[in-house]
Amino acid sequence: MNVQASPDRAEDRPLLYLNGVSVSFDGFRAINNLSLYLERGEMRAIIGPNGAGKTTMMDIITGKTRPDSGEVFFDGTIDLTQHDEPAIATFGIGRKFQKPTVFESHTVEDNLLMALQGGRGVLGQLFYRLSRDDAAKISEILETTRLSARRNDLAANLSHGQKQWLEIGMLLAQNPKLLLVDEPVAGMTDAETEETARLLKEIAQDHSVIVVEHDMHFVRELGVKVSCLHEGSVLSEGSLDHVSKDPRVIEVYLGR
Amino acid sequence: MITHALLRGLDGKAWLVVSILVAVAIFVPASNLLLSPGHPLYVPNYLVALMGKYLCYAMLALALDLVWGYCGILSLGHGAFFALGGYAMGMYLMRQIGNRGVYGNAELPDFMVFLNWTELPWYWWGFDMFWFAMLMVMVVPGLLAFVFGWFAFRSRVTGVYLSIITQAMTYALLLAFFRNDMGFGGNNGLTDFREILGFSIRAPETRASLFAATAIMLAIAFVVCSAIVNSKLGKLMIAVRDAESRTRFLGYRPEYVKLFAFVVSAVIAGIAGALYVPQVGIINPGEFAPANSIEVVVWTALGGRGTLIGPIIGAILVNVTKSYFTIAYPDLWLFALGALFVFVTIFLPKGILGIATGLMARVDRRRLPPEPTADAAKPTPAE
Repeated sequence: MNVQASPDRAEDRPLLYLNGVSVSFDGFRAINNLSLYLERGEMRAIIGPNGAGKTTMMDIITGKTRPDSGEVFFDGTIDLTQHDEPAIATFGIGRKFQKPTVFESHTVEDNLLMALQGGRGVLGQLFYRLSRDDAAKISEILETTRLSARRNDLAANLSHGQKQWLEIGMLLAQNPKLLLVDEPVAGMTDAETEETARLLKEIAQDHSVIVVEHDMHFVRELGVKVSCLHEGSVLSEGSLDHVSKDPRVIEVYLGR
Repeated sequence: MITHALLRGLDGKAWLVVSILVAVAIFVPASNLLLSPGHPLYVPNYLVALMGKYLCYAMLALALDLVWGYCGILSLGHGAFFALGGYAMGMYLMRQIGNRGVYGNAELPDFMVFLNWTELPWYWWGFDMFWFAMLMVMVVPGLLAFVFGWFAFRSRVTGVYLSIITQAMTYALLLAFFRNDMGFGGNNGLTDFREILGFSIRAPETRASLFAATAIMLAIAFVVCSAIVNSKLGKLMIAVRDAESRTRFLGYRPEYVKLFAFVVSAVIAGIAGALYVPQVGIINPGEFAPANSIEVVVWTALGGRGTLIGPIIGAILVNVTKSYFTIAYPDLWLFALGALFVFVTIFLPKGILGIATGLMARVDRRRLPPEPTADAAKPTPAE
C-alpha cells in the first residue's frame, strides 16, 4: 500500500484526507494546494464565493477529475486518485449534485431501488428480486424524506424541493460512509430549507457529511464546523461565527 | 433463476404478442398448405415468403429497440449484424448445394471454382454442419458487437459520434464483402440455394415451416427482450439512457450495461438475418448498405421506441407500404420514406404506439376521481 503521512492505524486516520491538492484547467488553477481533513462522523459545511473550487473539490473526491498533484485518501488507506467514479462510489462515497439529478422516467420508488446498496454487476441486476429487507429499507427512506405519498409518481413530476429530497434519499439508500451534498437548499422555500436542515442533521448522526452551501442561514442552522474556500484553497476554518468574523473572509465576500 | 427471469418477461403485453404470433404461425402455414387456391382464406405462396420477410425485419427492429429505445445507443449499423447472421446461414446453404452446382464440385461453392481456388478457406470449415452454422449465426454478430462495444463504450464514445462509427462499421463491412478474394462470393453474394436440413428450399412445405419458425423465434426474442427490460437491469438501462454519468456515482458501470444490451441485440439481429436468407433465397453485400440500417431506425421510430411492441408494428407497416409503393410508384418510395421520417420525428416523437397509449391514458384520467391533495395523502399518526 501507499506510504502514509497520517497516523498509523487506519481507523485513527481521518475519514477523508486531502493534502496539497492542485488542479488546473487550461492554465486556470481551480484548486490550489488545498488541504482538508474530515474526521469520522463529522459534518462539515463548505462555503465560499462562486469559483472558489467547491464543486471541483467534490469532482476530485468522487473521481470525476484527476488532480495534477497532491494526495487524496479515503478511510485511511484508499488512494482516491487511483480510482474511477463507480469504484469510489462502491468504497462508500455518495454524492448529491448541485442540480438535482434523479432518473426522471422512473418512479420515486424505482429511483431509490437503483440507489439501494447491493450488487452492481450486470447479471446480478438481471436476476435481482426485491427482498423483504430491501422493500422495508425503501419504505423507511420514503418515510424519512417525506415522499411516501409520491412513491409511485414519476420523478419528473416532483417539485424542485422534492427532487432534492429524493436525491438525498438516494444517498441514504446507498448507505455511504461519506456523503457529499452540493447546495441542497438552492431554490428551496424557507420551510423546505428548515426541513432539509433537520433531515441532514438526522443523517449526520450516523454518517460523515460534507455540505457545500451558499445559504448562511442554512449553515447556521446546521451548527457545524465551517471551511471557507477561496481561489482553490482553504481561507479560514472554524465555527461559523469565527469564520464570518475573519477579516479575510469578509474581504472576499464583500471586497468585490 | 433463469426461469423466474423469463416468467417476468411474460407480462400482459408479451402474452398479447406471443398469442398473435403463435396464431399467425399456425394459421398462415395451415391455410397455405391445406386450403385450395380458390378459398377466401387461402394465403398464396408469394405472400408466405413476403410475410416471413416482414417478420424478420420486425425482429431486427425489436433488436434495435433494445439498444436504442432502452439504452439510448442509436446504432446506425444494425444491418451489419443482420447481414452477418444471414451470411452464416448462407454459408451453410451453400455447402448444402454439394455437387449440384454448375461446376459439380462437391467441396467448393461455384464462385470459388470460378476464382480457381483449390481448397475451402479455413473460415468455411464446419459450415456444412447445421448446428455449427446456427452457432455462428449468433456468435459472429455477438462477437463483433462485443469487440466493437468494448472499445466504444469503455472510451465513453456516446451520442452522435457512436452513431457515426456504427455507420462506418457497416460501411467497412460492405466494402470488405464486395471483394472477391474475401471468399464470400463478392458482389453476387451467396445464392442458388437448394436444400435446408435435407428439405427442398423451394417446396411450399419448407417455406411454410420457415415462416412458422420465424414467427416463433420472433415471439421468443420478444419474451427475452421483455424479460430484460422488466428486470432491474432494464430499469438500469433506462437510467443509463437518461443520466449515464449519474449511474456511475451510484457505483454502476454503464459501459457494461450497454455492452450487454448491444451484444444481446446483435445476436437477435443475427438470428433475424439467418431466418431471412432462406426465405428470400440470396444474401449479398447490399445488405450491409448504410441505408438499410437507417431504414431500421425509421421503422423503430415510427412504431414507437422504448416499447418493444412499437418497432414490430413499425417494421411491418413501413414494409407493407414499401411493397405497395415500389410496385405502384417506384420512383417515389424514398421520398415517401424521408417524408414519413420527418413527419414522425416532428409530430409523433413517441411513434404510433405513443398515440395509442396517450389516448388510453386520457380515457383513464377521465374515469379516475381527481387526485387527492398532498395533505390528504400523508399518513395519519393513528396508522
